[in-house]
Amino acid sequence: MDEEYDVIVLGTGLTECILSGLLSVEGKKVLHMDRNDYYGGDSASLNLTQLYRKFRPNQAPPAELGRDRDYAVDLIPKFIIASGELTRILVHTDVTRYLEFKQIAGSFVYRDGKISKVPSTEMEAVKSPLMGLFEKRRAKKFFEFLQGWKDDDPTTHQGIDLDKDSMKTVYEKFGLETGTQDFIGHAMALYLDDDYITKPARPTYDRIVLYTSSMARYGKSPYIYPLYGLGELPQSFARLSAIYGGTYMLDKPIDAIVTDADGKFVGVTSGGETVKAKQVIGDPSYFGAGSESEGGKMRVVEVGKVVRAICLLKHPIPGTDDSDSLQIIIPQNQVGRRNDIYIAMVSSTHNVCAKDIYVAIVSTIVETDKAELEIAPGLNLLGPIHEKFVSISPLYAPTTSGESDNIFITRSYDATSHFETVVEDVQDIWKRVMGSDLVLKKREVEVHE
Amino acid sequence: MSKQLQFKLVLLGESAVGKSSLVLRFVKDQFDDYRESTIGAAFLTQTVTLEDQTTVKFEIWDTAGQERYKSLAPMYYRNANCAVVVYDITQPSSLEKARTWIRELQRQADPSIVIALCGNKSDLSARRQVSEEEAKKYADEEGLMWAETSAKTGEGVTEIFTAIAKKLPLTAPPSARAGAGRTPTGARSGVDLNKQAPGAKGQEEACNC
Repeated sequence: MDEEYDVIVLGTGLTECILSGLLSVEGKKVLHMDRNDYYGGDSASLNLTQLYRKFRPNQAPPAELGRDRDYAVDLIPKFIIASGELTRILVHTDVTRYLEFKQIAGSFVYRDGKISKVPSTEMEAVKSPLMGLFEKRRAKKFFEFLQGWKDDDPTTHQGIDLDKDSMKTVYEKFGLETGTQDFIGHAMALYLDDDYITKPARPTYDRIVLYTSSMARYGKSPYIYPLYGLGELPQSFARLSAIYGGTYMLDKPIDAIVTDADGKFVGVTSGGETVKAKQVIGDPSYFGAGSESEGGKMRVVEVGKVVRAICLLKHPIPGTDDSDSLQIIIPQNQVGRRNDIYIAMVSSTHNVCAKDIYVAIVSTIVETDKAELEIAPGLNLLGPIHEKFVSISPLYAPTTSGESDNIFITRSYDATSHFETVVEDVQDIWKRVMGSDLVLKKREVEVHE
Repeated sequence: MSKQLQFKLVLLGESAVGKSSLVLRFVKDQFDDYRESTIGAAFLTQTVTLEDQTTVKFEIWDTAGQERYKSLAPMYYRNANCAVVVYDITQPSSLEKARTWIRELQRQADPSIVIALCGNKSDLSARRQVSEEEAKKYADEEGLMWAETSAKTGEGVTEIFTAIAKKLPLTAPPSARAGAGRTPTGARSGVDLNKQAPGAKGQEEACNC
């Protein structure tokens, strides 16, 4: 290990693997290490043995759950939004050739004690019990306004300035009821709380456009999902990195991050050897997350906590037309909370569990000291829960940008339902590491017939 | 009417036994004495036509060097229909390594996988350290195909790939079998991200046969 690298990447979560792949394609000499003997870190998908080892170290997986290798249980519940940035990166890097995707069958929202499908077509919208007749007309006008919006054509603006006027102003202009606002802001714009309402409307507009274009792309829901679980995503980007010369070392405990007298990054020590590089990128767990400050310097801070309950069911979720996969959003207002509760469910259709098993993850941002109670409204929608694994994960963010010490730390996987914030983190780190914006170039075709 | 079937083939073996060279010879009929370790070309295809006019298209996955520090991803083995495990006939340790890979395949890959053990660098027989008998005996015990090849001269290369093609289950298309799929041209029920079709509904990719 006496070579010197451009970049050492620590941890093989999705953020790190995308960065590693893109950096290798760019021609950087990358060494990518992980303390675990498997890929994915927090964004891995586990088989039954790994799942029980993590949550029930003293218990073997029950035989009735089926074959170990049939399982790929995600630790972080997220889907890929079809028209989002991750899709763009997957296509541009050609990583899609290693993966196969399926749709998520449905998107549901909780309202007044029951769940309803988020309409995916005009027909469904007309029939949807989510709005009364007059409200449907008002909502139609609102969506027509959004669809017709052109930045350079003031006649489409109807007196609204998306960059100045708040979303509240827009809702009021179209006279939308609070329930409809909940639906639009939470089930479509996918905001976790209501802070967006008083802010300029532009980001909400962008999010609704992303949602509707994703919905239109494949039909049933705005989401797609990789067969064999989300853990396939970091593996594919790791392969991209390796193909472009990236060196991979799993099962490598990291003993120390070595810095010089000015605190600048020098190298990484593993197994008594120090490997040098110009820069290091890594997930928070490699930089003191969850432990006392290192030499008086805190590199990461906790910015919140997420509670997640991985539930194994032996039936589809009641009231969802036996969907083989879905998302249910419980908007915060509906259950008197500040943050939404999410349910993400996949099943054997996606090759992530044995036949007739359904894997649902209920999650939310922790607001009290009784986190597990906070997800009860979500758990109550699932019917009998066969097995449940609950975890409370702190979310970490770096304290510095890395530009002064060449130490670039990624953010923990947040509570949002998709990977858009992960890509934002990738773009942000890329800009700091490379000093320029990430521009996706089409990879040269390497298939030789 | 002739039919075309596509299969995923994975390469395994110790670093520097000639995995990439073997594929380069098979796919492009080329050889490079000073080939650096694999960069930028880890996904090649080559077609073999059998006597009954069935064409077998191999989608060949190279390790991209990820085997060097035991860091091959499970994705690599996933849905592999066949594997070529390569050793160097001048390096006994490489046969030991091949045995380890074969055990790994038996553990991780689909049980129906066709495995070929391949003793490369047969042009260096003057420096031979692994006897044909020893390798063949092991292959027979494990139910593997076995051959010696030289990526340098081309000896035995096409033959081993053709032999694999003959041994694959050609009666059913691989995509119709449980667990198989993820082939760019095979029938599959998933969504194709490369298709830009905003507004289209139910983008089920149809079988192109």
